[in-house]
Amino acid sequence: MNYPMIIYIVGWIFGIEAALMSPSLIVALIYRERSGWAFVVSIALCLAIAFLCARKRPANKVFYTREGFVTVALSWICMSLMGALPFVFSGTIPNMVDALFETVSGFTTTGASILPAVEGLPNCVLFWRSFTHWIGGMGVLVFLLCLLPMTGSGYHMSLMKAESPGPSVSKLVPTVRDTAKILYGIYLFLTVLEIVFLLIGRMPLFDALTTAFGTAGTGGFGIKNDSIGGYSSYLQSVITIFMIMFGVNFNVYFYLLMKKPRQAFECEEARWYLAIIAVATAIIAFCIRGFYPSLREAFHHAFFQVGSIITTTGFATADFNLWPNVPKTILVMLMFVGACAGSTGGGIKVSRFILLLRTISREMFELLHPNGVRKIKLEGHAVDHNTMKAVNVYLIAYVMIFAFSVLLIAFDDYDLVTNFTAVAATFNNIGPGLELVGPTANFSLYSSGAKLVLIFDMLAGRLEIFPLLLLFVRDTWRKF
Amino acid sequence: MYIIIVGCGKVGVSLAERLSEENHDLIMVDMNPQKVENVSNRFDALGIVGNGASFNIQMEAGVEKADLFIAVTGEDELNLLCCLMAKRNKNCKTIARVRNPIYSKEIGFIREQLGISMIINPELTAAREILKLLKFPSAIKIDTFAKGRVELLRFRVKPEMGFGGKSVMEIMGKLKSEVLICAVERASEVAIPNGSFVIEDNDILSIVGSLEGTADFFERIGVRSKKVQNSLIVGGGTIAHYLTLSLLKIGFRVRIIEQKKERCEYLCQVLPGADIINADGSNEDVLLEEGLAAADSLIALTNMDEENIFLSLYAKKHSNAKLITKINRIGFNDVVESFDIDSLIYPKYLTADYILQYVRALQNSIGSNIETLYKILDDRAEALEFSVREASEVTDVPLMDLNLKDNLLICCINRGGTILTPRGQNMIKVGDTVIIVTTNKGLRDIRDILKA
Repeated sequence: MNYPMIIYIVGWIFGIEAALMSPSLIVALIYRERSGWAFVVSIALCLAIAFLCARKRPANKVFYTREGFVTVALSWICMSLMGALPFVFSGTIPNMVDALFETVSGFTTTGASILPAVEGLPNCVLFWRSFTHWIGGMGVLVFLLCLLPMTGSGYHMSLMKAESPGPSVSKLVPTVRDTAKILYGIYLFLTVLEIVFLLIGRMPLFDALTTAFGTAGTGGFGIKNDSIGGYSSYLQSVITIFMIMFGVNFNVYFYLLMKKPRQAFECEEARWYLAIIAVATAIIAFCIRGFYPSLREAFHHAFFQVGSIITTTGFATADFNLWPNVPKTILVMLMFVGACAGSTGGGIKVSRFILLLRTISREMFELLHPNGVRKIKLEGHAVDHNTMKAVNVYLIAYVMIFAFSVLLIAFDDYDLVTNFTAVAATFNNIGPGLELVGPTANFSLYSSGAKLVLIFDMLAGRLEIFPLLLLFVRDTWRKF
Repeated sequence: MYIIIVGCGKVGVSLAERLSEENHDLIMVDMNPQKVENVSNRFDALGIVGNGASFNIQMEAGVEKADLFIAVTGEDELNLLCCLMAKRNKNCKTIARVRNPIYSKEIGFIREQLGISMIINPELTAAREILKLLKFPSAIKIDTFAKGRVELLRFRVKPEMGFGGKSVMEIMGKLKSEVLICAVERASEVAIPNGSFVIEDNDILSIVGSLEGTADFFERIGVRSKKVQNSLIVGGGTIAHYLTLSLLKIGFRVRIIEQKKERCEYLCQVLPGADIINADGSNEDVLLEEGLAAADSLIALTNMDEENIFLSLYAKKHSNAKLITKINRIGFNDVVESFDIDSLIYPKYLTADYILQYVRALQNSIGSNIETLYKILDDRAEALEFSVREASEVTDVPLMDLNLKDNLLICCINRGGTILTPRGQNMIKVGDTVIIVTTNKGLRDIRDILKA
């Protein structure tokens, strides 16, 4: 294990975090808020640590998958710890565990909050809260890869592999650095586009920025107590469309950028994703038609909620906790499906489900034809055995961690639906669950212990389980 | 003695070489006429072409006169059958080479039921040799005498030992250790040192002493007291299999890099507890990723000598690991030795050594009183273990009064299990076994140590 190199990269992460905190400081200056001092102190601390860790480039640049995973996991943990400081220093969330929960929820683009009311918080804190979504959506290490002019034996790929969501990572262009730049370019462009559309709908600039950050990262922190419910239906529709757009595999946008629209439209995962959204919206709209004056309005809310849940954003325009059972069940199922691989969304990912469904069909084929040969394909290419294995193992690990988390937080003695959806909402990086953690409620009811479990779930969900689990394996730390 | 050797492979040939030096009558049998011709031309041996398991061929080889029958063909079953036939044919001593790990567990049963005197397993022997070296990482080579109670250890003098420029007497006086420096190699010269001999850095010393004595010696000079506790093995062959089994038993962490997928899967089954890596071990990245830099030992056991040597050279550069390199073919020895890559293992030599020890022991009962003989330092010196059976001009005389040959050193006296490091006033007594290191060859009897 190359510790100096890991410390060096984590040091850089602190530096970047200091830079990323400065917009919040500017917001504080604009609104003349005293909470700005919290950011000054936090930035100073980050810079100090960054200076200590990243002062000198280590001579030994050996970097393997093992280092990649550890670096990513440690970076996210360190980043969350530092990101929690402004909340603590400003007195908005004095309890460290609560502040950490809020920050992890931000960075992992979950959007689950422990704050009962957000209106009335200082603007700079609200800005930081939403900005963490935007940072976490694409990932910090990928960002670091664009910045750091480092060359070395393949560690770019080790880092990217560990941080990017989805069963397999594909590079768009030959170098990881350029791929990262293109991805961030698309990300930035879409965010700006959304801000423009929101401003056209006469949303105040501050609201437009924070909402756009929440949508882009598929996070879901709102700056209003009723989330998005108070905005006009034009704004809600804009947000719906953009949520769904950020849940699409970014490769699609890359193809559009490269003027290859055919490949973009042939993206199998995106088609499935859109199909699922369409079907779910139709069923839910039909079921809740009685709750709203017109079918059009029922459709509008169904579409928003489906988009919000499947992309794992977690905004809400309606309290779906009050809806009948079929829509609620569908929404909980969508929580697990999640967005496309290679997007900013969480969950198990549509492509994994496609692969799993196809293994079932292959199994049946092979039962009927014992000597039959059939390859599983995705996007027209045969999927190799290792990827399939990884998908299967991922699902098993997912189910086990899920079950174990539900068991652990059950000690707080809330009902099963609350606990189940609380884990589902955090592990899949969504935000609101049902019952006591529904869209109008929050997570403050849980004890610190349960919050720590949920913090672990959020990180595990964002980093796709294994980077985080590896930290607990002795073999990772052993020299030989 | 009249010895029949079936199989003219590498082991057969190196056996023939060593045995013919000791004036035995050799009959070499092999199916391959070319090989038989080669070996019978090179050494003074009679060659017979044919299947060594056949009754007629055995009769032709003169099995009725044979004292010893050795089967070292490439196939275990054939070797066993050869020995079985010979045993039934005429009740001579038989030695078979059996290398399959499946048989190794039941070797006692096989030996007893088939009436074979000795079963040799080159891979197991090599694995045991490696194990010895891992337990004693400072040594390049370890030979044992007196049923394992005495060790002859070879190691290179490093500057940090502080030996350079000092005489043997100074060094030993300072260390007060119960061992004896019995040979010094410098460049291509071998010397049997006396007290005033001056040691220099990079000399290779051989020391003799009891097990505790040698351990104590290395502790006092303070080199690499760090124990070896993990091994990176490249090449998952049979030696790796045997070695890993014993390493796991003593609590080592073992990681084997093997190129063939099926072999990896087999090793996984038989070696639970070892990490099996399916990769090309000659790939630098693989080695580094699998922790070469942190490994305590690297054991290169691939089938390619060149690859093994390169692996060790690479490891020498990138880690502090104890290096052990397997060499199959014997050639360019001096070049390989000059690389300074710690220990080299020659499985073929080891097997021949092992059989030779048996032959000598057998001979003992016939006449000569050599118990063990090692060709050490590339055959340039011999370490011999004599058993003293009767009173003679060397017994009961203080050693300093004996008129010993030049380049000859009495290293050790084993008196009923007690190991004495001889001083001038010690005497050899009847019943002792005495270990002697010398560059004079052809000693047959303890009395030969005196000047004529």
